[in-house]
This record gives sequence, structure tokens and C-alpha cells, in this order.
Amino acid sequence: MNISYIVLIPLVPLAVFLLLGLNSQKIKPAISGYIGVLGLSVSAALSFYTAYQYFLVDGKVDGVYQTFVNKSVWMNFTDTLHIDMGILIDPISVMMLVIVSIVSLMVHIYSRGYMKGDDGYTRFFSFLSLFTFSMYGLVLATNLFQIYIFWELVGVSSFLLIGYYYTKPSAVSAAKKAFIVTRFADLGFLIGILIMGYFAGSYDFETLNNPEGSVILNWASTSFMGLSAITWALILIFMGGAGKSAMFPLHIWLPDAMEGPTPVSALIHAATMVVAGVFLVARLFPMFYFVENGFALNIVAYVGAFSALFAAIIAITQTDIKRVLAFSTMSQLGYMMLALGVSGYDGHEGVGYMASMFHLFTHAMFKALLFLGAGSVIHAVHSNYLKDMGGLRKYMPITNITFLIAALAIAGVPPFAGFWSKDEILVAAFEHNKLIYYIGVFVAGLTAFYMFRIYFGIFWGKDKTYEHTPHESPLSMTIPLMFLAVLSIVGGFIPFSEFITPDGAGFEAHLNYPLAAIATGVGLIGIVLAWMFYKNENSLSDRFALAFGPFYKWASDKFYFDEIYLFITKKIIFNLISAPIAKFDKRYVDGTMEGIGNKTVLLSDKIKGLQSGKFQDYAFSFVMGAVIIALVFIYLWTN
Amino acid sequence: MDILTLFIIVPIITIIALVFSKGLERSRLVSMIGSIIQLGMAINLIFAYFKERAVNTDIMVFTKDLVWFKSFNIHYNIGVDGISVALILLTAIVVLAGVFISWKTSELPKEFFISLIVLSLGVYGVFISIDLFTLFVFFEIAVIPMYLLIGIWGSGPREYSAMKLTLMLMGASAVLLVGILGIYFNSNADGGALTFNILDIAQVHIPLAAQKLFFPFVFIGFAVISALFPFHTWSPDGHASAPTAVSMLHAGVLMKLGGYGVFRVAMFLLPAGALHWSWFFIILAAIGVVYGAFSAIRQTDLKYINAYASVSHLGLVLFALLTLNKIAWNGAIIQSLSHGLLTALFFALIGMIYGRTHTRDITKLGGMMKILPFIGAIYVITGLAYLGLPGFSGFVAEMNIFVGAFQQNADTFNRVLTILVVSSIVVTSVYILRLVGKIMMGPLETNDVSDLPKATWYEKTGILLLMLPVIGIGVAPFWLSEMIMKSLEPFIQGVL
Amino acid sequence: MIAGISIYEILTVTSILFFIGIYGFITRKNLISVLISIELILNASVINFVVLNKYLYPDMLQGVIFSIFIIAVAAAETALAVSIIINLYRQISSVEVKDTEVMKY
Repeated sequence: MNISYIVLIPLVPLAVFLLLGLNSQKIKPAISGYIGVLGLSVSAALSFYTAYQYFLVDGKVDGVYQTFVNKSVWMNFTDTLHIDMGILIDPISVMMLVIVSIVSLMVHIYSRGYMKGDDGYTRFFSFLSLFTFSMYGLVLATNLFQIYIFWELVGVSSFLLIGYYYTKPSAVSAAKKAFIVTRFADLGFLIGILIMGYFAGSYDFETLNNPEGSVILNWASTSFMGLSAITWALILIFMGGAGKSAMFPLHIWLPDAMEGPTPVSALIHAATMVVAGVFLVARLFPMFYFVENGFALNIVAYVGAFSALFAAIIAITQTDIKRVLAFSTMSQLGYMMLALGVSGYDGHEGVGYMASMFHLFTHAMFKALLFLGAGSVIHAVHSNYLKDMGGLRKYMPITNITFLIAALAIAGVPPFAGFWSKDEILVAAFEHNKLIYYIGVFVAGLTAFYMFRIYFGIFWGKDKTYEHTPHESPLSMTIPLMFLAVLSIVGGFIPFSEFITPDGAGFEAHLNYPLAAIATGVGLIGIVLAWMFYKNENSLSDRFALAFGPFYKWASDKFYFDEIYLFITKKIIFNLISAPIAKFDKRYVDGTMEGIGNKTVLLSDKIKGLQSGKFQDYAFSFVMGAVIIALVFIYLWTN
Repeated sequence: MDILTLFIIVPIITIIALVFSKGLERSRLVSMIGSIIQLGMAINLIFAYFKERAVNTDIMVFTKDLVWFKSFNIHYNIGVDGISVALILLTAIVVLAGVFISWKTSELPKEFFISLIVLSLGVYGVFISIDLFTLFVFFEIAVIPMYLLIGIWGSGPREYSAMKLTLMLMGASAVLLVGILGIYFNSNADGGALTFNILDIAQVHIPLAAQKLFFPFVFIGFAVISALFPFHTWSPDGHASAPTAVSMLHAGVLMKLGGYGVFRVAMFLLPAGALHWSWFFIILAAIGVVYGAFSAIRQTDLKYINAYASVSHLGLVLFALLTLNKIAWNGAIIQSLSHGLLTALFFALIGMIYGRTHTRDITKLGGMMKILPFIGAIYVITGLAYLGLPGFSGFVAEMNIFVGAFQQNADTFNRVLTILVVSSIVVTSVYILRLVGKIMMGPLETNDVSDLPKATWYEKTGILLLMLPVIGIGVAPFWLSEMIMKSLEPFIQGVL
Repeated sequence: MIAGISIYEILTVTSILFFIGIYGFITRKNLISVLISIELILNASVINFVVLNKYLYPDMLQGVIFSIFIIAVAAAETALAVSIIINLYRQISSVEVKDTEVMKY
């Protein structure tokens, strides 16, 4: 398969970024919007063509999807260890190309309406292009270091876009928080890469992931504190993934990241960048699975399951709709992680892996849709808070319908996309780990509940009177909504198991009716409960909140994780480490040097009296000296 | 005239021309022309070097040897390898940028530019010397003008800072001289005459006891100028008081002499000493990395933040050198280049901000991006490059250092140190983002300014001059990395 | 050769003269007295020259000639010193040693 043209996919957005970024003062906003959309359309078209070529035409050899690599050395460490830059084409990277293209293109189109009239319109589009470039680079990466490089670049694009409204202190601190927390996670990632480079001797995915390769076969040859060094590397790499995918306990940046413009939240913090962690684990899946009998993979499963539950509970209590969606994202990412965690490798065993990628795909569609819908609502009522909304279905019919479709999809109601992928995840969990399965089912119910809570809260509920009558958003915003809504309906019918499996061979997936019925039932219960609580204004919800008492309070305060981190950074790092070090530096290190100087001055003060200026003193010393020397010489000579 | 001696001659001619020029406009023009010629020569040297390297496999090329002081066997002996070529280019870039940034020096402009050029002369001299004694002489020539530059054109407690800086560096020089003489008097260990020639000494088996004895002298003598913990305190005060261009040159070029000297003299000539002592000094270097980063978090003066950041980043250079690994050494050299450019950028930007708002206190600055878009954008980019973002030179350097350090030291002690040092990247991002978030983003803080003069052409030129190589190295590190790696070959063989 | 007087007696006298000069140089409070003390030292050495010449190489004259040189140099030096002292007196209205200690540290 000819893959050389694929390099254009990331390069076009890069060119757009440079063009817009370097001329951000000169280019007219209207034109920059078109340039952005146009550039991305090219990339998207190429991505679709690639997907078509790969999945349907010539990706398969002997019934197995092949991996195509095209790379060149970027920097040499040693003859065997080097950083390459290149493109790697395999099922998941092609799938990611498609996802990134669809969502990014929709967000570009949407932003032309949403950001209209903003000061930094051109800057916004240039950052979007930078992000898209980095994300393409990330999914096409051929080795750990390349993925790390683009990993950092998506991080910085995220920083720039969260801090887009840079005069707002809350946006600035959210941007800083996002960057520093993920940077901390990346520290783990980097150390993991270093360990991997040393013990495995390669950064290349092909070398590392080969189930018959020396790295996987020899994992037991090294050990450190009871585990294989390779396992440690994988755990640390997963730490990086957990940071980017907002897994507990590195999740705290994601809700705050909602300070960014809503299209950014849809693109980066719902559909693409945050799934990078999931993608990373999937990318290294053979290693996770084979090394130390999947020890690291178990960690992935439990972290994912816990995050899914944890975030879903918090999501119920939040009143800012974007924050609800953020916690929902975190919860769904946990879902994907747990699916990877319970997956096997060969044939049908790989259903968890397949389901995770499937869910990644469908989630990208409906979550982007939810965010864009929320953006449309926010655009109309100029508030993020549920209390300022209500009864909007009359004013915004398209937003209402598309939002409902997305909510049904995420709640797992057939035949919407989320149902299919979630079902596969639950099947995988059921087959491998019952505890995780129960958590999964419970979270499915919670998801349906909180999602319909905000749906009813926004579009039904009390009829509010608005200062400015809300109206439906312009066409540039509703077209992406409708497009994504269609995908949220039909996305589930794509036969993913044929395309994306750990071993590339594909298998036929069947719906497991009892499990599907249970999951759907739980989802419907959630919806019904939400309907009872929030369809019309009533006090039921408040009474329930009261019944849970302190637990409700904890959840709505996000279990105080922000405060804990604040305590660690402000109190411990700033006040207990940095301040004492700064003081130590001034007082002792510098003090010592000053002391040496001062002591020298003092000494010189003491002995300068010898230089009295009275020549008779000098003459006296001279004579005495001469006499003493004479005596010494006489003494020496006479003996 | 051979290609290297020109680097001594051209600054001297520039100085003579400056002596005869009157007023700011004439002197800045002369120094600009002089520095542009230097830059041209440096670029030409790179190409010439590649051409020469293809046919010449000596350690040093373009060598020239003139007897200077017969009785002590002191020679004017020059030559370059890939490392010095790269550092010479860095120097030329930073000097020219420094001249642009000092475009408006109002006080004694002629004398200011003369001192600046003298400084660059000394730096070039160090980079081309093969003779230890000549190297030491040029080293001193580079250090002395700092005293005048800070003492006369500085701000704040400038006499104090200038004195402190000069005394500490002179103290280090004294220690260094002991070390150099120690090497000299052992250079006949295999028979033959005493010599200062680095390449000859490298062939000599200096007795182990002497190596162990003199390594700390040479190392500390050089490392003080690279702000080795705990001898770094001259640097924050010195930077804070120095005028902008001097801070740029000082942090950008002069502090690199330390790492260069450690590498060229201490490691190359005393390899056994290096092996013997590395465990101790590597601890100091690692402390410096983390300590500098944590100190920077709590500072409120822009220049102090940068000075401590330099302590941290140059600690990384020393750390990398002490790991005695080729990859890490490559990283150390690239880090020297990268830090030189980035820190010069930072100081230039600080100078611009200070020149407009008359404050360097970050609590009094905020939201500058709105009123100074160009400076703000460059500041953010510089900050991101400084914290090691891929696509900029800092990343390339850091990755080389980390990978190298990890490859070399297989025991737990060194592993732990490496991880400690790696963790400094998080702390770095904390103080950089705090800085960027506070002064560039956020609400406008300075109450009386809503309209500040935009960046002028000479400021932009200076900035871009520094920015382009940063991106160049970051995007395409291959050729630079290859050039340095090849030159490292003979050195690493000496150590292992 | 002076009868009855050996070289030792004469050298003893010149030594005493020399040390009187030294003593005076160190202890006198007046600059002129110090100058006179210097003259004593010089005279002691002049006598030494003449005497040693006479006793060791009676048929040569170098020692005597040297003594004449020394006298001449001493005269020049005294003239110089006195002019310095006079200048000093114009500056600080004093020829006391204790007032001339500005050249210190």
C-alpha cells in the first residue's frame, strides 16, 4: 500500500498554522476561517481516502491487517537507539485519523459561527490547526519518542486554547493547571520511555509490540523491586496516558479546562486529545498484555473502572453543564480504559480492545455533539449554569433534537451508537472480571441519569423568561450538529470487530442479548429517574440530595481533590520547599560567600595598622629585620 | 590570514575603529558591522569546517602553532572541532543580538561597545585555543570586562554585584590556575618537555595521584562560571544588576565557558580524575538543577527568576558532562547552545519590558500580551521552548541528556539522581508558566500604561536572530547532533 | 697607618657613629634631625671606606675617591630632602615626623 501521501495529512494543518500564526495581525478574520476549514478539508479528505484504501482495498494481507511504516531518522543516540519521525499505518491509527478529521472539521466549521466577532479569531484558528497537526502526528507516530513529542505538542495546544481568553484569570489558571498536571504525568511517561529505551533497546512500536519479539519474550530478564523493569516502564507510560486521559487521580485539570471556548472543549477535551491516553495503551497493547502476564493491564483496568465510577458520581451533582460533560468525558474514558484492561489478545478474546476503540469512536461523535450542542445553548443564553436554563426546546429545535440524540447515544439506548460500543465493553468485562462488569453496569445507569438530568434541565423543566429571547444558532453551527447527530445514530452499525482487533485478524461480533438487555434496562431506569426528577420542576431532586447529606456535598465539591492538590502545590511545594530554599540560598549559601568576603575585609582591617605611614616605623622594622637576619646568619655560620 | 585568527583580529580591528568613533550612532554602527562580520565568519567557519572535516580526521582542524613564550613552552596554538565551531557560532549570534538590543545605550556608548567586543574577543579566544595557557589568558580577558560592564552601566546595587561577581570568578580562576599548573608540571610524565598543548597532554599518562589531586581544582575553577551549586550566588545578583546586553552575553555565552572548559580540560586531560570524582560533583550538579528550579519559583524579580533558571539549566550541562556518556555529552553541548540562545532571548525580552514599564517586579506586571503583542508572543514561545517543548532546541538537548544519563549509569544511585534531574522539568514548567501566566496573560496590571511603544526594528532583528536557531535546532537536530557526536569521539575514548 | 691605633678602634668608632645615626633616624621627631642622622650614617660609611682603603690597600686610592663620591651624592640628596621638607612645610606648616603620615593604607 502506498502511504507516502499520508504525510500530507499532518503537514497541511501545520502549514495553515504557520500561515495564520505568523500573519495573525494581517489576515482578515473571515478569510482565516475559510483557510482553516479549507486546510482541514484537505486533510480530512485524505484521511477518508486512507481509511477507504486501508480498510477496504489493500490493507489486508492473508486476512490480517498489516502495519505500514514509513520513517526516517530524526536524531541519533546510538547506532541502534534513535528517534525517528514517520508515519505508521495500522487499524487504530487510521481510525484515529478519521475521528480527528471528522471532529476537527466539524469544530472548525462550527467555530466560524461560534467565534464570530472575537478579537483573536485568526489566533483561534491557527491554534486549532496547531492542535490538529499535533494530534495527527500523535496518532501516526512510529515510536515512543515521536508520540511523546506530539504528546507535548497537543499539551501545549491545549494550554494555548484553554488560555485563549487570556485576560480572564480563571482561564489562565485553568490553562496552567492543565499543563502542569499533564506535564507531571508526562514526567512518568518520559521516565517510562527512558527505562524502555534502556531495557528494551528500542523505541519502535514494531519492535516493542511484536509478540514473538525479543522484548516481549525477554521481559522477565530484568527486575526491579519485584516487578520486571519493562512492567515499571509500562506503568509509568500509563501514568502519562492517565494524565492526558484525566484518569483518577490526575483528572483535576479536565473540569477546569472547560474555561476554554466550547468548540475547543468539544475537540480537545472530549473527542480527541483526551483519548490520547487510551490510544497510547492501545498502541502498546501487546506489551501491556504479554509482559508480566498483564500486570500493568490490570492496573489500567482498575484505574479505568474507578475513574468511570468516580466521575459519574461527581457528574450528577454539578450545575455547570460543561463541567457535567467534562466529568462525563472522564467517566467514559474510564470506560475505554477498563475495556482495554479486560481485553485478551487473540481472535474473539480481543473483544475488549475492539470495544474500547469502538467506544472511542462513537464517544468522539456523540460527546463532540454534546459539547457543540452545549456550546449552542451557551451561545444562546450566555451562561454555563443549569439554573439559567430551562424550556429551551421551544427556542432551539435543532439543538434540542441533536442533543437528545447524543444523550440517548451516551445512555446506551438502542439503536444509537453508544449502545453498541457500550454493550461490547460490558461483554468483555463480563467475560473477564465480574467486579468491573458490575461497576460498568452501575456507571451506565448513572450516565443515563446525569445526562438526562441536564437534558431535561436545559430543554424542559421550568419555563424561564429570558432577557434576550434565545434563538437557534446560525447554520454554520447547526450543520455540524446535524452531521454529528447522524453519525451518532448510524455509527454503531459499523462492523468494528472486522476492522480493529489486537491481532489484526478480525472476528464476527454478536450481540449478547441478556447482557444488552440488562445494560439497556439500567440505562432506561436512569432516564426514567431523571424524567421524574427533572422533567418538570419539583422538589424531588432536592429531597434526594438532602437524603444523601454529606456524601452529596462531597461529590458536588468533587471529593475535595482540587483542595488537596492546591494544598500540595501551595502549602507544600511553594511554602515548604521553594520558600525555604530561596531563604536558604540567600542566608546560607550566599551568606557563606559574603562571609568569606567580609572576613577578608576584617582581616585586612586588622593588619593594615602595620602600614602606618610613619617612615620611622618602617625604618625600625627594616633595621630590626636586618639585625635578626644578621644574627641568624652569624649563628648559622659560627656553628 | 588563517580562518581562526580572524576571530581575534576582527574584534581587535572593531575595537580600534570604536576608539576613533564618536557618539552613539557611530559606535553602534561600527559594532554592528563588526558583529555582522563576525557572524558571517562564524557561518563561513561552519561550512569550511564541514568541508575540511570530510578530508581531515584530526581531532582539531585549522590548527596553527606559533611559539609565544619559549622558556615555558607556551604557544599560540589554535584549532577547532565541531564543538567549538558550534559555540563560536552561538557567540557570534548572541553578540550581534546584544548589539541590537543595546541600540539605545545612552551612557558612554563607545566604551560600552568596546567592553562588549573585548568580552567577545576573550570568548572566541577560549573556543579556539588548544594551548592551556592561551586558553586561560583568553578566559581572563572574557571575565574582566564584566566588572566594568556591570559596574558602570548596571542598575541597582551595581558596584556590589560587579564586585561580587568579579571576586568569585577571580577566586575560581586562581583555583583553576593551580589546576592548570598542576597539569603542566605533570605533562612530562612520559618523558619529553613540559607542555601546555592540550592535544599533547592528552597523549600523556598523567599519574593517577596527580589526576585525582588536580581534577577538583580544574573542575571547580571552570564550573563556578557555570554557576555550580553552591558557588552560584554571584549569578543572580550579577544578572539583576547587569544591563540587558551584558546579561545576554553573560548568561548566553560566558557561562558556557565553564561547561566547555570542564569538558575540554578537566574531562579530556584528567579522565581518571573525572572517574574518581564524578560521583561527588554529580551530586552537586543534580542539587543545582533541582535547587535552582525550586528557587526560581519563589522569586519575584524577572531577572532573578532567569538567573536561577540558568543555575538549573547549566546544572544540567554539568550533570550531563559528569555522567561521562557520549549521548549525554552531546546533550550537554546542545544544551549549552540552546540555553545560550534561550536565556539571551529571555534577557532581551526582560530588557524590553523593563525599558517600557520600568519595573521587573512580576507582581506589578500583568496582561502585557494585550499591549505588546509581539513581545508577548515571543515571550510565551521562549518560555515554552525553555521548558523543553518539542520543536525547540531545549527538548533536543534535554532528551539527549536524559537518555544518555540513563544509558550510562546502571547503578541505583545514578538512576535515582537521573530521575531527580528529570523531575526538574515539571518544576521548570511551574515557574515558567507562573511567569507567563502572570505577566503576559491575565488582566492588565500596570495601571498607568495602556499604550506602550511597540517593538522596534532593531529589537525585532535581535529577537529573530536568536529565535531562528532555536527553532532550527529543535526541528532538525540531525546535522548538529552528528557534527558534535563525531567530535566527541576522541574525548569519550579518553574517559572510557 | 696611624701608630697605636688599630683598625678595630676606628671601626668601633664608625660603628658607633652608624648606630647613633640609625637611632636618630628612628627616634628623632624633627625631619631636619632625621636628615642629620642620615648624614651621620653616611659619614660613618665614608670613614669606613677611607680606613679600609688605608689599612687593606695602602697603595690604592679607590676608597678615598669613593668617599668623595658619597659626599657628593649625600650633598645632592640632602638638597633634595631639604627641598621636600620645605615643600612639606609649605603644605602643612610643620616639619614634625608625626605630621607626615598621610601616605598609609
